[in-house]
Order: sequence, then structure tokens, then C-alpha cells
Amino acid sequence: MKKKKLSYAKYGYLFSIPFVIAFCLFTLYPVISTILLGFTDFKGIGAVTFHFLENPLQNFQTILSAPTFRTALGNTFLMWIMNFIPQIVLALVLAAWFSGTLFKVKGQGFFKVVFYMPNIITAATVAILFGALFGYPMGPMNDLFTSLHLSDGPIEFFRNKWVARGVVSFIQFWMWYGYTMIVLISGIMGMSPEWFEVAEIDGASSWQKFFYITLPNLRMILIYTMVTSLIGGLQMFDIPQLLVTKSGPNNATLTTSVFIYNQAFSGSYLYNRASAASIIMFLIICVLSTIVFLLMQDKYEIRERRKLRKTARERRKREKPAGRGNL
Amino acid sequence: MTNRKASKPFMTFVYILCIVLAVLSILPFLIMLINATRSTTEIQQHAISLVPSGYLLENLRILAGKSFNPMRGFLNSMIISTGSTLCAVYFSTLTAYAIVVYSWKLRQPFFTFIMAIMMIPSQVVSIGFYQFMYRIHMTNNFLALILPSIAAPTMVFFMRQFMLSSLPLDIVSSARIDGAKEFYTFNHIVLPIMKPALATQAIFSFVSSWNSLFLPLILLTKQEKYTMPIMVSLLKGDIYKTEYGSIYIGLTLTVIPLFVVYFLLSKYIIAGVALGGVKG
Repeated sequence: MKKKKLSYAKYGYLFSIPFVIAFCLFTLYPVISTILLGFTDFKGIGAVTFHFLENPLQNFQTILSAPTFRTALGNTFLMWIMNFIPQIVLALVLAAWFSGTLFKVKGQGFFKVVFYMPNIITAATVAILFGALFGYPMGPMNDLFTSLHLSDGPIEFFRNKWVARGVVSFIQFWMWYGYTMIVLISGIMGMSPEWFEVAEIDGASSWQKFFYITLPNLRMILIYTMVTSLIGGLQMFDIPQLLVTKSGPNNATLTTSVFIYNQAFSGSYLYNRASAASIIMFLIICVLSTIVFLLMQDKYEIRERRKLRKTARERRKREKPAGRGNL
Repeated sequence: MTNRKASKPFMTFVYILCIVLAVLSILPFLIMLINATRSTTEIQQHAISLVPSGYLLENLRILAGKSFNPMRGFLNSMIISTGSTLCAVYFSTLTAYAIVVYSWKLRQPFFTFIMAIMMIPSQVVSIGFYQFMYRIHMTNNFLALILPSIAAPTMVFFMRQFMLSSLPLDIVSSARIDGAKEFYTFNHIVLPIMKPALATQAIFSFVSSWNSLFLPLILLTKQEKYTMPIMVSLLKGDIYKTEYGSIYIGLTLTVIPLFVVYFLLSKYIIAGVALGGVKG
């Protein structure tokens, strides 16, 4: 019997081969070559040859001291924060309301479907649509402003860098809060209803239940949301690229992804600089993700969670036939 | 669960906020749909209207008269998204099967490795990937956008979770007793059991491939290869500067397939998001 079991092991290797080959060809090799290119003089459309630079860090120094890159980096963070903070706050509030631990909201099925909807629409389409909505000299926003007598003539909204950034952040917020809300709801639904019942018997208010039960137990999901949003946000491309022509006044909406795109695929095709910028972004993402993990996770919490998971597992075992019909 | 009644003014506030947010989600698309039926002159007079007009076909004609070819874009996007979804779903399930069903020496390290590569951002891949494709003459070839989906770590992770909870290993061993080959067992017995997970993952894979702009934009340079999102980006160009009506109809054409998919499958999509591991 044992011998037979061993003979199946080869299928484990066999069935993983397509994944491994595709990963090596389309991810690993490109990552390595991006890293190598960062140290070379590789540029120009259709270039095939390159040399390693005498000063290996030259591209990195050029990028880091370039004012446009710094602007792009600053914008990317700024617009991520301007979208993430309202997004997580609203998603938390809605999740607390919709998860039914405090009260019931009628029509929440409809609301969930509608709030999530923008997430599924092509970002490129959304960017052009908002560009049209804020159109100059004539667009729905301008129409609204003149009808409400908020302005005398047509406003060129994106001439103001804060409006341009604000709209980019708003679109990101608008596209993602529904997603975050649903993830948080599923986190809250996974908590034991008993905790809330016990708290209720003890006379806890809705606020107390939210701050002392819901929030602490959502920690892991909040970390997950924050890290994925950070990784996604630092790669923001479609919307800033397509919403405002030429990244707005003084590069107000230039993000690092747009910067990398411009370096590599327009103008003088500086693949080497673009590679260096990609690596810098990659390192920043790694460092920040690690910091988020370390900041938001403490040892006591981990132990507590393990204990909770264990009791939950035992409870599930006991209650399996009964189910959780009242949820 | 027993609920304490929340106060009435508070509940009113809850509903008002929800309705405002719902309007915010719908209104931009509503304006788009209505303006798609209005002439450019009408839009110039009043850009917001709740009454549709009769210029839909005229707008469509202007749109198609310039470089915008929605049918081509739709077809190209369809080929790429279908191809990459099939690759992603099939091979992710196969990889997850290798991890769950067989015990092999490198199984645990392999799984840890998959978890680790989940976080690689596409930025650090793109320049090297473009160079690689350029050198082997694969730019403007849809395979360059389809084949990489064979290695989709996030989906492998999800499929593994699903298998651990819903694939009875007895079935695999009884298939063996019946003399089924391992590959046959996977294709004819395991895949059908995995259907619910395959469907959810297929939807997300399809939509994210359909919506992606960055890689297609750098790889596809020939007009006849453009995908839907690249087509959309053309609407920003100078040739449509004054054709408001046709911009809106162009946007509408790209949104409608997604609306159809979403409203048919919203239940599964929301349930899928709740399971997590979606944000590519």
C-alpha cells in the first residue's frame, strides 16, 4: 500500500508543471530582466543591445533626483490616502449597518448590488465618462453649476490641481468602497453571534458593540484590505492616465505608473529608467506592506484569535446539524 | 438574532445615506445612457436631461465613421478574455489539485511559494515582459495576453481552499480502484465537482481581463488588434472633441456587456467578493 501511495507523488509534480513553466516564462524571467535593465543603458524604440553602466546605480540616482518622479510619488500617495480613508470609514459604517448585528436595513440586497456596481465597469470607461461629466466648456457638471447659479460662466474644473486630484481620488473611492464593504460584511458575518448577544445582555450600546467587538475582530481583514488597496493604489494607472490630459496642471495627477509608462513607451523610450522606477516602486510596496503587517498585528491578538478559532471550530462541530438558520 | 430597535431619526439617516450613495452609483451611467440618445447640439444646450431623445443611430453613425470600431474591439476583447479565463481556471484548478490530492516532497514549499508570489505587483513585470515579447515577435499577438494566465497564484489559492472544504478524497481513490487514470479522474470527476468555484472564479477572471488596459496598451499597437478599453481611450482623442453624443454612445457600448453580465450574475459576484481573494 505504502509503495503505491509513493507512486502517485509524481502526479503532484506533473500537474504543477504548467503553472511553474508559465510563471518562469511570464513572471520570473520578466522580473529578472526588469531588474537587470535597471542597471543598463537600454533605451530607444526597437533597441536590442545594451551595456551595463559603469556606475550601476546611475539610473536609480537619476530617477530619485528627478522632480517629476518625486511629484509622481507624492501624488500617488496623496491620491491613495484621499481615497482610502473615506473608503474604509464608509465601508466600515455600511458593513456595521448591513451585517445585521445592530439593526436591520431594508433593501440591503439592492444597496449591495448597486454600491458594488462601479467596481465591475472598465476603469478606462469610467475615466472617460467622468472626463465628459466634468467637460469644458460644456458638460453635465458645468450645466449643473450654471443652473444652480454657482458660477457665472463655464468652469474648466481640471485647471485646478486639487479638483483634478480630488476627482481621481473620488473615482477610486467610488469604484472600491462597495468592494471593501462586502469584504468587511463577510468578516462581520463570520463572527460568533453569541458575542453580540452576550454584550447585549450586559447592556452594551451599539457603539460599544462596534468598537469593542466588531472592530478588534476585523483586524486581519482590515490589514488584508489595506495591503491590497495599497498595492493596487500605488499602481493606479487607467484613471489618472485617461481622466485629465497630460496629467493636469503641473503634473497634478501624474502617478508613478503613468510616469513609468511615459518613460518607457513614449518620448525617448527610456526602458532602463522605467525599469529603475519600477524596482523603486516594488521596494516601496514591499517595505510598506511589511510595516502595515507589523503595525497592525500584535502577539496577544494572534494568540487570542487562535483560541477563538479553536472554540469556533468546536462549536461548529457541535452545531453542524442545527445550522445557523437565524442569520 | 434579537435586535434592539434603533431610534427613528437615526434609521432615517441610514436610509438617506444609502439612497444618496445608490443615486451616486447610478447617476453617471444614467446621464451617459440618456446623452447617448441626444444630439451634440442638444447636449451643448443642456448637458443634463432626464428625457431621452432620438439621435441614437445618428450618434452611432458618427462614432463608427471615425476610427472607432466597437465590433472589432468587442471581438478582440472577447477572444483575449475567454482565452485567458479558460487558461486561468483550468490550470489553477490543476495546480490546486496537485497541492491538495498528492503528497509529494515539495508540496508545502510549493504552496508557500505560491502565497509569496501573490503579492508581486504587475509594474515590476511589465517592462521585462514587454521586452521579452518584443524580442520573440509576440507583440500584437493575443497569446501574449492569454498564456500568462496559466500561472494565476491568487486563483490557485482560492481553488485550494475550495477543494479542501468540498472535494471528498474518497472519490479520487474509488476512481483509482475503478482503474481511472489520474488525468482522466481530474478532467471527468474532479472538474464537475468544482463547478461552483470554477464559475465564480471565471466571472472575476473574465471581468478583470476584459477591463485591463496597461498591458494591452503597451503590447497591441495595431489598430485591428485593439481591445475595448483601448478603443475607449480613443474617445479622448481630438477627433471626438466636439462629438459629445458619439462619446456617450461609445462609452455606452463598452458598458452594456458588463451591465448585462453584472445584473444576470450579481448574486454570484457579490457572494464571490465575500469569499475574498479577488482584488487582483
